Amino acid sequence: MTGELDGRERARGLELLRLLLTTRSLEERLDRLHRQGHVAGGLYRSLGQEAGAVGAAHALARREDGTGDVVAPPYRGCGVHLTMGATPEEVLRQLLGRGSSPSAGRDTGAGWSDPRRGLIGAVAPLGTTVEVLAGCALAFQLRGEGRVAMAFTGDGAASTGAWHEGVAFAAARRAPLVLVVENNQWAFSTRSTADRDAFLRKGSGYGLEVDSVDGTDVLAVRAASSEAVARARSGGGVQLLELNYFRRSPHAPHDGQEYVDPEELAAWEARDPIRRLLEALPPGRHDGSEVDRMRVEIESEVVETALRVIAEDAPPGSAALAGVFAGEEAPPPWTRRFPADARPSPATA
Amino acid sequence: MPAAPPDHLTRTRRGEAVTFLEAVSEALFEEMTRDDRVFLMGEDIGAYGGAFKVTKGFLDHFGASRVIDTPIAEGGFTGAAAGAAHMGLRPVVEMQFMDFVSPAYDVLTNYIATSRYRGAGPLPLVVRGPVGGGNRGGPFHSQNVEMAFFHTPGLKIVYPSTAYDAKGLLKAAIRDDDPVIFEEHKGLYRAPHLREVLPDEDYLVPLGKARRAREGTDLTIVAYGSSVHLSMQAADQVQHEDGVSVEVLDLRTLLPLDDEAIADSVRRTGRLLVVHEDTRTGGIAGEIAIRVCERAFEWLDAPILRVTAIDAPVPYSAPLEDYFLPQLADVVTAVRYLAGY
Repeated sequence: MTGELDGRERARGLELLRLLLTTRSLEERLDRLHRQGHVAGGLYRSLGQEAGAVGAAHALARREDGTGDVVAPPYRGCGVHLTMGATPEEVLRQLLGRGSSPSAGRDTGAGWSDPRRGLIGAVAPLGTTVEVLAGCALAFQLRGEGRVAMAFTGDGAASTGAWHEGVAFAAARRAPLVLVVENNQWAFSTRSTADRDAFLRKGSGYGLEVDSVDGTDVLAVRAASSEAVARARSGGGVQLLELNYFRRSPHAPHDGQEYVDPEELAAWEARDPIRRLLEALPPGRHDGSEVDRMRVEIESEVVETALRVIAEDAPPGSAALAGVFAGEEAPPPWTRRFPADARPSPATA
Repeated sequence: MPAAPPDHLTRTRRGEAVTFLEAVSEALFEEMTRDDRVFLMGEDIGAYGGAFKVTKGFLDHFGASRVIDTPIAEGGFTGAAAGAAHMGLRPVVEMQFMDFVSPAYDVLTNYIATSRYRGAGPLPLVVRGPVGGGNRGGPFHSQNVEMAFFHTPGLKIVYPSTAYDAKGLLKAAIRDDDPVIFEEHKGLYRAPHLREVLPDEDYLVPLGKARRAREGTDLTIVAYGSSVHLSMQAADQVQHEDGVSVEVLDLRTLLPLDDEAIADSVRRTGRLLVVHEDTRTGGIAGEIAIRVCERAFEWLDAPILRVTAIDAPVPYSAPLEDYFLPQLADVVTAVRYLAGY
């Protein structure tokens, strides 16, 4: 782990700690809400990977007005969203499908967007965002802006054609793109068959600058990401940063994880990113009660926000008609356009 | 101060007639001149000027940052267009042949078409390119791709039949805030009879509005693209030989469909024939038929029929391709059958 921290680094350490704790607390809450039926569909947690999301996104120029760096978050977890400025309330509204959510209840929680904060959500065919973020990087390059695009994918998505087409496009133009490959060793239940240096070699094959870092060490991730982002920003072309860790959570709640070796899992639990950061915050100058206060604060905010969002109304079904195009709404089914006592007719426009 | 436009892009300004292809080029040129957010991406569109020379001279005029040659990776550069659109640019992507859009089907349908709905923001971009048969291009240089995308909410599909419409619709598509698939029938590109003098002004043709190409009272033909010209010919022939008065409606935009224009025409004529060059099963004729049933069933005096290509890949050999494509005689036969029903 990184050695002694000075005052400024310690302040940053505490900031990262707050983000890690919030990510963990929020995802644990979402897990409970999923069991209780408040969160529907899939829930993709980032347990054990929080330091990757938080550390890499923290290295970006984070703005609230759409002028900062942009990032395509992983579909797993909410660490990138929180680091880019999203609130637990927004995350909860998104996962609970509320009309007030960032996607107005139309998309799941797995990678929602917030253009103002530079969040460009993933779609389920993973790898697509590498193509898209290559285009963001192209726009920055064409306009001579010093902005950077960062795209998260896992080791699984790095097999897709989209990933390679996006990388090839950006590499050919030396666009300011940072690829973060979260090597959590699992694509659902399939073990990554890549050998240790596979991602570094993939990157080198396209002439990228490559680096690999322990994804459970948030300070190391932050440092490596900062360097990669700085290189991309200063014309160094596409960067590939591999984050090494292990997907400790099931793929989604329906997955019993029978395929995982319990001993291996235990070994990775011992490398928990929050514990590792706490160990790195130097003793003596670090007041344990400050961290305890932080935990309590975060936990109560998450619980209170969850209760509030649960109490919010779900959107009316007819809200599904809006937002397909600018302007006009999709037409409602003709069988629902009439009062119950009227004779319906499909001929009415 | 930018250089003067190349000669071949100033025909309209000089009052000369332009081909369909030149109308497309003029639309791109004018929109790029008007709005510096508009830029082009595609294979061989730079120094080479595109497979059909739509962008000839553009690289010299606008430079390599606005006329971007891409790797042969349609999914990759269409996705990149989406990213550039996210960042406020307005990309126009050329598919060298629209047959090659299929690698980009994923990003177009799953990513681009859903972006606004997901809350990821609007994606104003155009994917355009040559479509259609009759050029002996074989299975992979002749397809019509509209129905692959017709079923995707969030996309618009435009398919002009005249130089005037090609220019006005393409300019409207580029200014539209939603993604547009823009199909250009390559058989129309240099057709001498489609040359026309266009207005020397900045005009748009609105998306979603059909055009009555020919007025008639006995029967309506709904068509688009090259099938409009085939239908016009058939209408002239049956008028002359049978005294049957055929109305021809040119859809111009396939998505959204101009339901009202179709229903309005059918209510006046009572008979409907749909003609399209695309293959039969899952072609747009089926969708038009159900919409007319919903809106104008009581006005129909005959079944709704269609003339289309056969359900086969587009064949290469001349007699095969001619057999594959709808021909004038097919349309005339169908019109006569319906008129006598």
